[in-house]
Amino acid sequence: METNLCVAGFGGQGVMTLGKFLADATCNSTDKNVTFFPSYGAEQRGGTANCFVVISDEPIGAPLGDVMDDLIVMNGASLNKFLKTLRSGGTLFINSSIVKGEIDRKDITVVSAPVTELALEMGNAKVLNVIMLGVYVGYTEVIAPEIVWNTIEHKLAKKAKLLPLNRQAFEKGLEIGRSQKI
Amino acid sequence: MARVFMKGCEAIAEAAVRAGCRFFAGYPITPQNEIPEYFARRMPEVGGKFVQGESEVASISMVYGAAAAGTRSMTSSSSPGISLKSEGISYCASARIPMVYCNVSRGGPGVGSIQPAQMDYFQATKASGNGGFRMLVFAPSTVQEAVDMTYQAFDYADRDRNPVLILADGVIGTMMEPVVLPEMKSEEEVAAIKESKRKWACVGHPLDYKNRAWIEPGQWSTIVQQQKNEEAAALYESWEKDVRVEEYLTEDAQVVIAAYGISARIAKSAVDMLRKEGKKVGLIRPITVSPFPYKAFDRLNYANIKAVLDVEMSIPAQFVEDVKVGVKERSPIQTCLCSGGNIMSREKVIEAVNSILEGK
Amino acid sequence: MEKIYSRTKTIQEDKVSGFCPGCMHGTVMKLIGEVLDEMGLVDKTLCCLGIGCCGLQMDYIAYDNITSPHGRACAVATGVKRSNPDTLVFTYQGDGDFASIGLAESMSAANRGENISVIFINNGIYGMTGGQMAPTTLVGMKATTAPQGRNPAEHGYPMHMVEIMDQLKAPAFLARTSCNTPANVNKTKQYIKKAFQNQLDGKGFSLVEVVTSCPTNWGMDALKALDFLEEKMLPEFPLGIVRDR
Repeated sequence: METNLCVAGFGGQGVMTLGKFLADATCNSTDKNVTFFPSYGAEQRGGTANCFVVISDEPIGAPLGDVMDDLIVMNGASLNKFLKTLRSGGTLFINSSIVKGEIDRKDITVVSAPVTELALEMGNAKVLNVIMLGVYVGYTEVIAPEIVWNTIEHKLAKKAKLLPLNRQAFEKGLEIGRSQKI
Repeated sequence: MARVFMKGCEAIAEAAVRAGCRFFAGYPITPQNEIPEYFARRMPEVGGKFVQGESEVASISMVYGAAAAGTRSMTSSSSPGISLKSEGISYCASARIPMVYCNVSRGGPGVGSIQPAQMDYFQATKASGNGGFRMLVFAPSTVQEAVDMTYQAFDYADRDRNPVLILADGVIGTMMEPVVLPEMKSEEEVAAIKESKRKWACVGHPLDYKNRAWIEPGQWSTIVQQQKNEEAAALYESWEKDVRVEEYLTEDAQVVIAAYGISARIAKSAVDMLRKEGKKVGLIRPITVSPFPYKAFDRLNYANIKAVLDVEMSIPAQFVEDVKVGVKERSPIQTCLCSGGNIMSREKVIEAVNSILEGK
Repeated sequence: MEKIYSRTKTIQEDKVSGFCPGCMHGTVMKLIGEVLDEMGLVDKTLCCLGIGCCGLQMDYIAYDNITSPHGRACAVATGVKRSNPDTLVFTYQGDGDFASIGLAESMSAANRGENISVIFINNGIYGMTGGQMAPTTLVGMKATTAPQGRNPAEHGYPMHMVEIMDQLKAPAFLARTSCNTPANVNKTKQYIKKAFQNQLDGKGFSLVEVVTSCPTNWGMDALKALDFLEEKMLPEFPLGIVRDR
């Protein structure tokens, strides 16, 4: 079993952190193989950011493939850029606060969460990535949610006062993700 | 040992520190900046020295000096920066100075693209500077391999008193992957390694000019220069024992992929997928690209083989020239290439293999 | 009989200098050796030789030496000194090496205040390669690559490394000297001693520029070369200590 995930959005939306939390958690607490590959280049300066996470029971070949099983998009530009890479039967996670309009593909599943609004409601726009990570893990169960939370907790150890907010954000995401399961 | 999740560049730097590297000089260039940045943080913790040189040319010269003074030393860069370092690399080879350097290669020629590529194959394996010297060149295909190779590279460098190259690429350098780190050499071990070089290293010697340390990157005497070149050639010959290669499912293969580094890893996953469909595909992956494992190609069963498929991230293809030498016209050779910073895809390799199997 | 002078042991006993008649490399090499002897530093000294006539020293000196890539001696010395801080490290470079091809390495090492000593031999010409123009070639002075003589409109003016480096904050000692008279020879020795002592004291970058002659490539005999040095070179390159802290 191999899962190819692409996370894409604006710089500043924490898409790299989202990918890293997931990949780090997989490394620390499972026997699975995992890779994290950040896109870098001139485009990085232009404001878009994206990364690729592969989680697999087998040795991983390419850390980024042409075809994605899952795609998380945090803004409209990323949808336009990456939607074509999502395989038929794949799952698209969208930040419905920003990504508006019809998704013109019938062969995929769409999971939406208004993560920008939810983060603002929680009082800190920065936690939108942690909400989306919760949505993703809650929906896919690619690895156990507790493992992901442990990693977040560990990574934020030096900013302990942010933990309750991040916990709330992650839980909210899990709830949304689980609720949209078929 | 516990796995840790590390970026390739940082893992390479940590492996070097653990191998006893106590001097690093480098100059910023994408996509290897995390190597000097890591050393800048890490060296003070282990009593080592980090210098950001004023250029690649200066950095490799600093490494030449530190290594000539017996310290395990390293530098890193990416393609155009490696070209600038070629002066110092050639000096190290000529003066027989052990040092390790890493090329986190990107697209070329010229300034090229800053994204991953395998465009420096000829430079790495045939002519890394003037004068026809050779080096052991290791091509990692995973972050773990990059770690293990970097760790071992210092031993090879010291054994041979010669530079060793870790030929990585922008994928290996920037991706994160779980790694098991090698054991940290103790301060005593690091000191003992340095002490073992006292005889030839420039550390100061009692006034006895027959036994002083004399680092000579050249000779006035043509006779002595030829002698030194012959000694170097004999060293290069002796590396046959150091050849490393992975031969994967080649026995019954109808298509054998030849690939190294990141391309080989991607090709291997294509082999696995094709095998699941019952297709007879194998892989030869040189782990050392210098010396090249030509003999692995003699072990193939050419009666079964429809074609050897060269997979590399270089246009024009370069690695294929060594594959041709290995294959010796016993099979047709086809290529599956990408370049310019585009990364090889499994799907593209599968398509290329299928088209051979279908006789296209 | 009392022995009042013997050759420094830092020069190989069985070697005879191959420098041209009237060349001052041999003098400076001797002075360096005498200073090392007197300071008791020989067994902890490492020389980083440049490329050019200065590189010929490697055939004569009896202490540790690293022959450096052309122009890179200050970078090589940086690597040596940082990894072996207990040694005495000096570079010995000509004008092409220090002030042309190695300008970046020289300036950067000075700017870092690298704890090394630099002996810079300025004779206004490329010696080893046969008389080409140097960054320090005088205006009007002929060179094989400036056959009509140095022309400021085309080649610019001679570079004054001591004064240029005086614009940097870090260097500890910047001085220019010559070996054209016994008094100047003695002064050169003092400056070299000062540069080495600064390093032992951890003061950082010290530069001793020595204005010397190159009769062979100046196209004159040794005595005329001394006159030329005094009449033409020294007005352009004034002697003295520019900085001492």
